[in-house]
Amino acid sequence: MQLEDYVPILGVQEVDDLRALARRLAGRAVQMVNSTAVGGGVAEILNRLIPLMQELGLAPRWDVITGGNDFFEITKAFHNALHGGPYDSRPNDFKTFLAYNEQNRQRLSLDSEFTVIHDPQPLALIDARPPGKNHWIWRCHVDLSRPNPRVWDFLRPFVCRYDGALFSAPAFSRQLPIPQYLFFPCIDPLSDKNRELEPGEVQDVTERFGIDTDRPVLTQISRFDRLKDPVGVIHAYQIVKRYADCQLVLAGGSATDDPEGAQVLAEVREAAANDPDVHILDLPPWSAIEINALQRASTIVIQKSLREGFGLTVAEALWKKKPVVASAVGGIPAQVIHKQTGLLAHSVEGTAYQIRFLLAHPSLGQKLGEQGHDHVQEHFLITSNVRRYLALFLHHDSHGRS
Amino acid sequence: MNRAARPFEFFTASYITRIDNQRAQTLGELRGGLEHCSDASIFYHTFQSLGRYHFLTEGFSNDVAQWVLASLNRPRLAEQLGALDIRGYVDLARLRHDLISTMEEFLRLHPKAADIEAFEPFYFCSSAEVTVPLGWEAWTLAEFRHYLERLGHAAFHFHFLVSRLRLQLQSNDFSMWFKDALGLGRLARLTERIDITTDTLDGAKARLLRLVDRELAA
Repeated sequence: MQLEDYVPILGVQEVDDLRALARRLAGRAVQMVNSTAVGGGVAEILNRLIPLMQELGLAPRWDVITGGNDFFEITKAFHNALHGGPYDSRPNDFKTFLAYNEQNRQRLSLDSEFTVIHDPQPLALIDARPPGKNHWIWRCHVDLSRPNPRVWDFLRPFVCRYDGALFSAPAFSRQLPIPQYLFFPCIDPLSDKNRELEPGEVQDVTERFGIDTDRPVLTQISRFDRLKDPVGVIHAYQIVKRYADCQLVLAGGSATDDPEGAQVLAEVREAAANDPDVHILDLPPWSAIEINALQRASTIVIQKSLREGFGLTVAEALWKKKPVVASAVGGIPAQVIHKQTGLLAHSVEGTAYQIRFLLAHPSLGQKLGEQGHDHVQEHFLITSNVRRYLALFLHHDSHGRS
Repeated sequence: MNRAARPFEFFTASYITRIDNQRAQTLGELRGGLEHCSDASIFYHTFQSLGRYHFLTEGFSNDVAQWVLASLNRPRLAEQLGALDIRGYVDLARLRHDLISTMEEFLRLHPKAADIEAFEPFYFCSSAEVTVPLGWEAWTLAEFRHYLERLGHAAFHFHFLVSRLRLQLQSNDFSMWFKDALGLGRLARLTERIDITTDTLDGAKARLLRLVDRELAA
């Protein structure tokens, strides 16, 4: 993809702005460091971000740290603990974490003017920074609102040595002595999951799954996980069904290799009680076009999570101009501004009520969908992410280091 | 066609949002927070929210009003806070004062409302502004129109709205240039009348284009 490909979506003005902002950063070295080259949202974003920065004249590079299974088991445990889960520490965990960071420090050349370290895995690479030289930023993709204190107390001193930290939502930030910035995650409007589809492509998918597009379709796209409350969605649908002849689509990731996922899927099937209007779709990971089509075929998109990271499925739905009813958790309120870009709810009954209201007032749904689309265009596209990075680098360049 | 005494130089602005170490869970805390937060925070939650949500035409003029409505369900206070027209402010101290006094008046009448917990906290944020020249200079009104047409949201917001704080005048960069560099006082006044709070940035820009077209045709 090239910048020009985004002009029909953004308008030439926004691309002009990106070029003007990038001019002052021409040839400047930017380094992104994370822990995986494929899979996961961070790698997906970096895969798009690096070529766009390159096209804008910066000199970006992307390095991936390496580590043994023991390292990634520890960082997985850190990840869960930072999300508020319990942490069963083993005596050498912290030592092993630091040893792998040191190994990577020796292997990587970390001398770029702007270095962005993604997530906790490479956090201790800050040791590689010569005192007072270059700009080091920590991009935290994790919800730090309720971190396990033992893990956070270990990581925090490293975070405090950075020039700034980037968080996906204000609620995810911590009290820190360094500047913290709001950096939304983003979607790519040209990816298979979000690009425009021909009506025939949408029809193929709905026919394949037996969905009747002549009746309202309510959809939640989420893996089968209790935190996404799929059973709560079914209960909300069952309330709505008393008033409107509608269908429910619950489409999620494959649960075959996840024992809990399989259990949740079984609970969902039981809650659906063989209702032919409830379509439970256990989709494989390569279903981007199917997800795109299901979102486009929906009358209303639901995201009734009990807890959420950022919940980019909301941005995906809004991008497709769909009215969204979602829980006010995690990063969702940043995407769904109540009564402006969607409707927020706090319970099964509230979710059902908002869905009924939208079904009864389709013009409101249309307006919310359109405003939601504009909201995504302004804040949650890959190009907005590029713009934010450019502004961040320019800001740090002119204000020095902390 | 009149050649201006000095060119209009177009800039674009970009903002990064800083999350401050301050939040409010009740109206009382919000009131206290507004008293102590930085000017950059007042800017972010008022002037900047119009830029961030430029596509909304009704019911959202600043973050404070939106939070009072969505998280505290206080429509009357939200309406009063939302009615503060930021075009009328040329300094942030006055705007801060009016936000606080609107809230204090409400709390005087409804003292129990001060401690009611909101659904979601209000997170104080602030803006750091980065401006860069677009490299476009207009010496005539026709040249100005040419560039205005391809001006992005951020640049328009910067010249039309943020300029009030920079100039400390009830005006904007465009009007100042029309009046001072081209001698077009009437066009300057009509431009000042464009109501950004009840329109989108695109709508305001379209109105300005129409005013310029009318002037060019005259």
